[in-house]
Amino acid sequence: MSNFEIVTREDFSEVTYLLEVRHPLMARAARPGQFVIVMLHEAGERIPLTIADFDREAGTITLVVQAVGKTTREMQQACRRGTHLHALVGPMGVPSTTTHAKKVVCVGGGLGVAPIYPQARALKESDAYVIGVIGFRNKDLVFWEEKFKAICDELIICTDDGSAGIKGLVTEGIKQAVARHSDIDEVIAIGPPIMMKGCADTTRPFGIRTMVSLNPLMVDGTGMCGGCRVKIGEEVKFACVDGPDFDGHKVDFDDLMRRLKRFTKEERMALEHWEKGCRLQQQIDATAASPGGGSE
Amino acid sequence: MAKKKTIRTIPQERTPMLEQAAAARAKNFQEVACGYRLEDALREAERCLLCPDRPCVAGCPVGIDIPGFIEKIGRKDLRAAYDTLTDTNLLPAVCGRVCPQENQCEGVCTVGESLESVAIGRLERFVGDTAIKEGWANIPYIEPNRYRVGIVGSGPAGMACAADMAKAGCDVTVYEAFHVPGGVLRYGIPDFRLPNEVIDAEIENLKKLGVKFECNTLVGRLFTIEQMIGEMGCDAVFVGVGAGYPTGLGIPGDSLNGVLSANELLTRCNLMRAKEFPNFDTPVPLGRRVAVVGAGNTAMDAMRVCLRLGAEKVYCIYRRSRKEAPARLEEVHHAEEEGIEFNWLTNPVAVLDDGSGGVRGLRCVRMVLGEPDDSGRRRPVPIGGSEFDFECDVVVYAIGTNANPIMGQTSRLRLNKWGYIDTDDDLATSVAGVFAGGDIVTGAATVIEAMGAGRKAARSMKVYLGLRDPCLPYRVDADAGDRPFGIDRRERNFVRVRMAET
Repeated sequence: MSNFEIVTREDFSEVTYLLEVRHPLMARAARPGQFVIVMLHEAGERIPLTIADFDREAGTITLVVQAVGKTTREMQQACRRGTHLHALVGPMGVPSTTTHAKKVVCVGGGLGVAPIYPQARALKESDAYVIGVIGFRNKDLVFWEEKFKAICDELIICTDDGSAGIKGLVTEGIKQAVARHSDIDEVIAIGPPIMMKGCADTTRPFGIRTMVSLNPLMVDGTGMCGGCRVKIGEEVKFACVDGPDFDGHKVDFDDLMRRLKRFTKEERMALEHWEKGCRLQQQIDATAASPGGGSE
Repeated sequence: MAKKKTIRTIPQERTPMLEQAAAARAKNFQEVACGYRLEDALREAERCLLCPDRPCVAGCPVGIDIPGFIEKIGRKDLRAAYDTLTDTNLLPAVCGRVCPQENQCEGVCTVGESLESVAIGRLERFVGDTAIKEGWANIPYIEPNRYRVGIVGSGPAGMACAADMAKAGCDVTVYEAFHVPGGVLRYGIPDFRLPNEVIDAEIENLKKLGVKFECNTLVGRLFTIEQMIGEMGCDAVFVGVGAGYPTGLGIPGDSLNGVLSANELLTRCNLMRAKEFPNFDTPVPLGRRVAVVGAGNTAMDAMRVCLRLGAEKVYCIYRRSRKEAPARLEEVHHAEEEGIEFNWLTNPVAVLDDGSGGVRGLRCVRMVLGEPDDSGRRRPVPIGGSEFDFECDVVVYAIGTNANPIMGQTSRLRLNKWGYIDTDDDLATSVAGVFAGGDIVTGAATVIEAMGAGRKAARSMKVYLGLRDPCLPYRVDADAGDRPFGIDRRERNFVRVRMAET
């Protein structure tokens, strides 16, 4: 069994980083659309992360992480090449269904840019016409442009300030694609809930099937706790075992976004608690390093 | 024995077990029941009549020789008592704590016909705890065979099956999706009922038998059951993944923040140690007033955890009466002592929104018991116009679970109409070499029933593999028939002698 060694670390920006973790069995089993649960250390929490890529030959899986909360920031500090994760389990969730769609728009925004990549690649490999739409806040945050170009027949980059590609949200990109092509079979969108909601709203008038990948809070990721329940039409589903992919036109995004705020207060507490610890450690280090500070 | 015991000569009252006082224990996670001391155990052992009928043995799902081990406690030979227990039960310290004895061995005890029944569970726990304290482990002589066995799930069913297959000489690996083994014993049952050290000790014993544990392994997704049988070279596989897809309330407001399943609450608190937040990263929704819906063991655990997390008031909402509550009597009793407020014959109809996505309260309706239903229990019927609201900020639902879908999604195993794995009487599934047992076959049940199923499956697996069974010495009496692969006592002694020689 793997000891979850980190073999590559790459920083895309101040907040976004890539980890490539050795796990040959998982690299073999992983399919686009699946996710893993990671624990950084014994006292850590279990956080779900979408599998951004997998390399069967090298026996690794790739995760792209945004340092937004306590755990992801701590990972940003601790995860270096050669270090190990405490736990890594997966691949979880139902793989994305390989559609027979001929023309597909693959939309990735923010955190969703990485996980949309293997989906776009799989579609390209099954001979679909792939239009990539990827969104970032500004030019500096853009990553994987070349990777996407290599597998997309068309690539539309969107930035909030227009510093790269077109100015506007990914929904602008979808509108452009829809205007140019009347025969789009499917839109696949991965990103923050508000973005996926926007995508679903954009395609609804056109009746284009729109699949989204949901990211609710989870504990076990195996269908046992029910924390990740989401409303799909009239039904309640668990994103971990019934998803994470669902029909975007049926998802109750408002319910999802409200449930994502379940632990806002506790998340802030955890972050403050951790930052306090970091500051204390820095002071100790500084004292030890300054002349006469050590007590040898 | 000098003088024959009679119902008149034995101590009339059941020996009490030391417990933490209710007020103190409701504030900590230390074990509630402190266990028997030697003198308590000796006195209680004295109460067993060692009657010839032995109804308790038949009442035990794994058929422990109960009078046998109690008689040995009476002789102060605790090691022998432990040996007798471990002949049939791998986890005495666990079962002594969590079995619903009043419905099993103690429910049919001869002494119980006229007095309080013998406290079999407490005696079992006493022996189990003594073994852990003394570091006893019964490792039989194991002659390795060439068979490889994969066990899916490290809960009670998987552990019991693993032990039997390892004793039979198989190369056994247990796969667990969580980062630590133990299954429901770990994530479900709180520390104050079953301390982690007890689970650790039992798992160490399994490792001593040669059982290997692979955590962080989600079978079905990382590899399938078919791959285990095929490319991974397993000669037999046991699936004991539990049930645990929690049933929702299905009433308005049930997705509000502050509404969660007992599974989630308990997993956060027990496995992820949310009670030590923020030193441990996982938070748990803390409520000032918590309503727990349901009255099974899981509900009792959830209520008592909430008290210990600092809730001011914890309510139990149950649509039937106390008599129908599925929890162990002792658990209900403990919960009552700790100040849980029980609302019997009450059913929730809506969770009330506080306007910002949280919970303001629970709207309930009073119930009355009507005609018996399919389960034989009287069906609760709502009383018209009896709706009432009460304030709470967290709602926990513990109203049962459905089958986990992962096995069905990823294997060819035939499922029944409820999504549980379909097996024959010997717990064989529709796929050759694959056996299943525990909650994933029967739906939610108890720890000991799951262990019973694990052992039953192990017996079938040994028959399937054509193994003789050194851990189940066959008796030359009536029930020898269903254990064709047993091994005679003398032969067992003979192998022990061989062990001594090497």
